[in-house]
Amino acid sequence: MSESAEASAAPATSWRWVRRRQLALNIVAVCGGIALWAAVVALGKVGLPSPAQVLMRAIELIRSGQILTDLLSSLGRVAAGFALGVALAIPVGFLMGWYSTARGLIEPFVQFFRMIPPLAVIPLAIVTMGIGEAPKVFVIFLAAFLSSVIATFQGVVNVDKTLINAARVLGARDATILRRVVIPASTPYILVGMRIGLGSAWATVVAAELIAAQSGLGFRMQQAELYYDLATIFVSLITIGILGLAMDRLLLALETRLTQWQERM
Amino acid sequence: MSAKISFQNVSRQFAHHGASFLALDRLSVDVADGEFVTLVGPSGCGKSTALAIAAGLIKPTGGEMIVDGQAVRGPGPERGVIFQQYALFPWLTVRQNVEFGLRIAGKRASQRWAIAQRFIDLVGLADFADSLPKVLSGGMKQRCAIARAYAVDPSILLMDEPFGALDALTRVQMQDQLLDTWSRERRTVMFVTHEVDEAVYLANRVIVMAARPGRLYDIIPVDLPYPRTEALRLSGAFAEIRNRVWRAVYHQQARRPDNAA
Repeated sequence: MSESAEASAAPATSWRWVRRRQLALNIVAVCGGIALWAAVVALGKVGLPSPAQVLMRAIELIRSGQILTDLLSSLGRVAAGFALGVALAIPVGFLMGWYSTARGLIEPFVQFFRMIPPLAVIPLAIVTMGIGEAPKVFVIFLAAFLSSVIATFQGVVNVDKTLINAARVLGARDATILRRVVIPASTPYILVGMRIGLGSAWATVVAAELIAAQSGLGFRMQQAELYYDLATIFVSLITIGILGLAMDRLLLALETRLTQWQERM
Repeated sequence: MSAKISFQNVSRQFAHHGASFLALDRLSVDVADGEFVTLVGPSGCGKSTALAIAAGLIKPTGGEMIVDGQAVRGPGPERGVIFQQYALFPWLTVRQNVEFGLRIAGKRASQRWAIAQRFIDLVGLADFADSLPKVLSGGMKQRCAIARAYAVDPSILLMDEPFGALDALTRVQMQDQLLDTWSRERRTVMFVTHEVDEAVYLANRVIVMAARPGRLYDIIPVDLPYPRTEALRLSGAFAEIRNRVWRAVYHQQARRPDNAA
């Protein structure tokens, strides 16, 4: 249709312009933030390290390879717990959305455990699972599972009934409807759930490492705290933020790619 | 000739927040093979409910729904359904949507492609075969839905206000295309609408329904020749039938008091 081609040509350029402008504003904001931080430190009122000191420490930690080790052990825990959580959440969410019996049996547990912050489970996890990797991976699993399962369940419940009817009148049975209608239709919900789950998994791993770990970014901060090593704490915090952001963008890109069929306002 | 579609005292009761109401009260209508009937009536007259029962999407709470001499037990590919909201699968392209029913029927890829291509051409969407529904206009979406329904070769088409969301001009074009295809392939069509003009223009017979409870009110034959044209649409004979249907829809007498409540 020629009208849609024309219509999309004009906004494309202005859209690109808006994006560039946003990016410029983002950069200005980040630079402004760092300048403000430097100014506050220069006034000497608070005992914080300056941006330059933090940068030096960051270079040291990168050179020594320590930050990479910490980062990999934190990421490894998140990857394991998140993968397990999502892998269980998707089938359980589908069961809950599709079969009212399964929903009746599972929902009370999901709703109840959702109200308990995963970190509150750490003491129990350590007592029952020891101080190895298991308790940390378990709490991350719990965090990822609980946010993903609700989203998947909501996605299945919200599938447009007309689409299901359209499939039925074309001869589709339950298994086909699940595979060819319910799964694709709920994908946007599942991906949103995964993003929330990843955010909460990342928050949980750092906190878990602060409490009980022999490696990881959280552990490194806890060690630095003992030596009043503020620069290392800053480097760890910034690393956590950047990594979290990177993972979120990665999932967002995946989401955009998998749900490009959606009509967006 | 025995009826293709036969409603035999079909009723449907719905429960809604504890109260139950009768959406359809003992509807009895026969539709002959190859016939084009339209169902028209005020909102709440049960016309869409009747169509959904014929489609097998909802079960009657009373009476018998017979299609091809058999009681309806659920939906089936021999009864194509076209919904007002198009109901295209938004994650599939036009071609994949049209192939959906063929895939379920177990057709091989080459067959699917050929059949889909034929119906995509028929509805004039060849340039959009690989587009997602989101780039299509309302009329194009409905044409895609029609191609999808035709592709599985149903002997019956059940259409629930299919052109209700389209602008007046597109609607007239879609009506002509539908009649054109119907006159060539002679499927049995049940077409629900609330537009009196549309009901008369398309049909062999107009089934007028009444509301609260939804029931049969009158059946008005349209003794006008096909192909139907613009000249016919503007003719006196058309106006006469149109007026008769109009009065039946908009000046319905209240129901006999013994059936009130």
